Amino acid sequence: MNNAIVKKTQAVLAEFDSPTALLKTAETLRDAGYKKFDCHSPFAIHGMDRAMGLKRSPLGWMVGLAAVVGTSSALALQWWTSTIDYPLVISGKPFFSFQAYVPVTFALGVLLSAATALIGMLALNGLPRFHHPVFYSDRFSRASDDGFFVSVESDDKMFNVEQTRTLLQQCGGKNIEILEGE
Amino acid sequence: MKFDAKSYRITEDGRVGQVALIIGIIGLVLTATGYFVDKAQFYHSYLTAFFFWLSIALGGLFFTMLHHLVGAKWSVVLRRLAENIMICIPLLAIFLIPVLFGIGELFHWSHPEVVAQDHLLQLKAPYLNVAFFIIRAVFYFVIWVLLARYLLRLSLAQDGGHTESISKRMRVASAPSMILFALTITFASFDWLMSLDAHWYSTIFGVYVFSGSLLAMLAFLMRIVLYLDGVGTLRGIITREHWHDLGKLIFAFIVFWGYMAFSQYFLIWYGNIPEETVWFLHRWEHDWQYISLLIVFGHFVIPFFVLFPYSTKRSRPVMLVMTIWILAMHWVDLYWIILPNLHREAVKFSWIDFAPMLGIGGIFIRFFWSRVRVTPLVPVGDPGLEESKRLVSH
Repeated sequence: MNNAIVKKTQAVLAEFDSPTALLKTAETLRDAGYKKFDCHSPFAIHGMDRAMGLKRSPLGWMVGLAAVVGTSSALALQWWTSTIDYPLVISGKPFFSFQAYVPVTFALGVLLSAATALIGMLALNGLPRFHHPVFYSDRFSRASDDGFFVSVESDDKMFNVEQTRTLLQQCGGKNIEILEGE
Repeated sequence: MKFDAKSYRITEDGRVGQVALIIGIIGLVLTATGYFVDKAQFYHSYLTAFFFWLSIALGGLFFTMLHHLVGAKWSVVLRRLAENIMICIPLLAIFLIPVLFGIGELFHWSHPEVVAQDHLLQLKAPYLNVAFFIIRAVFYFVIWVLLARYLLRLSLAQDGGHTESISKRMRVASAPSMILFALTITFASFDWLMSLDAHWYSTIFGVYVFSGSLLAMLAFLMRIVLYLDGVGTLRGIITREHWHDLGKLIFAFIVFWGYMAFSQYFLIWYGNIPEETVWFLHRWEHDWQYISLLIVFGHFVIPFFVLFPYSTKRSRPVMLVMTIWILAMHWVDLYWIILPNLHREAVKFSWIDFAPMLGIGGIFIRFFWSRVRVTPLVPVGDPGLEESKRLVSH
């Protein structure tokens, strides 16, 4: 080998004419058993989740759990500080006045839920991520304008450069690129 | 029931209208009997039932205006049903009349001898007097009836053929009408509900009543949608995706109602001023505390957790139960607002409480159904119709 740097196939990228073609290709890939592929389009396409075989996100449950943790810890904190640690009579009300605890409980529940929703969303999407094989393609910038792309990543179990390329061709993919990187 | 999917019309219906009419007439006869049995009980029960059905009709008006105002697409297929709910407002204007006759029984500020001995009521007299009360009631209804008729007329004109100017007129009318609606429903709830206890005041009361009203309307709408689906109408037009979005809106308004209810209670509890706390005190003694707890759990906690998951909002059996449950809780909420005025010393359910619910309700549903029968079930001229049918909810 002459080159010191070994280039490795990282992904196959194909371009499509329309959102419909993109949807059909996603269904074909899903039915063929591919898991690590992605569709790129300038706008959201209804039904894409199903076509790609994506399961419902577990984010809702994570946020629900965060809400439970947030509200119960807020209640516990207020109960402990105002009845055990430093009992103080405020406007003649009982030490344990749950009414007064509600705003903080609510706010902490919302705060933890919102933070979990944001951080969880980023984590589940694998973000922040600074590079992706599709960026090797010059044509790919059109995905934010008028291009519809499918990328299949090489670490998919089903991945095989030739077979994957043929499959994408059969689906009507154009300008198919084999993306190589270090 | 037969449904023509091309014209979106019910060509042959079941016995909804007839059954509702029979129930309505029986209910009204019972209501009239109640008047001779116990006048004070009759007026309080009647006001509860009247406001219950009025709040649903007003919810329909709000839903329609909101739809136009935000240019909603998902709810196009629901718009005609909401419009048919709102056009029941003129019907309820007739049912207002007994309330006006009952001012003496309902509102203690209407008795001059009471006012003469009550400094606070004397100060409030420029607003709380019988003549001005009636003028305001008529004024609210004039506004609501005009708005409802105007928006429905435009909508039916759109059925004949869409033009941009119709859509625009609906949108333009909805913006200022929203402000008028907010003011009228606020003052109507001040007049008809809050002034039952004329010393007491709560500035959030209008929003509280509004949030419960819209919740009840959404539950009513959802129930109608489920019924129509059950008899095989509108399949593929109003889909499970719409149920889901409607379910989310119901969930949101459960939370909104809870937020308003607690905000009202919380500030009064914190301020601890006798004039304000007395209202809640009356609802926390002589067994009224059980009704209060029923509302806390039944109107908020239980529906909140039931409607929390994705699956329940899309489930037919769950939503069937929950819509009826929410409507029942809305009635309990109004009962809890109105009846302590009469039975301060104990919770006394009476058969007269239920008679006007059936009476007004039967006639309301009969009238609503007659509107459903003569108009297409969806706004056929709306350019967003096809898009709305294809809704995907996440």
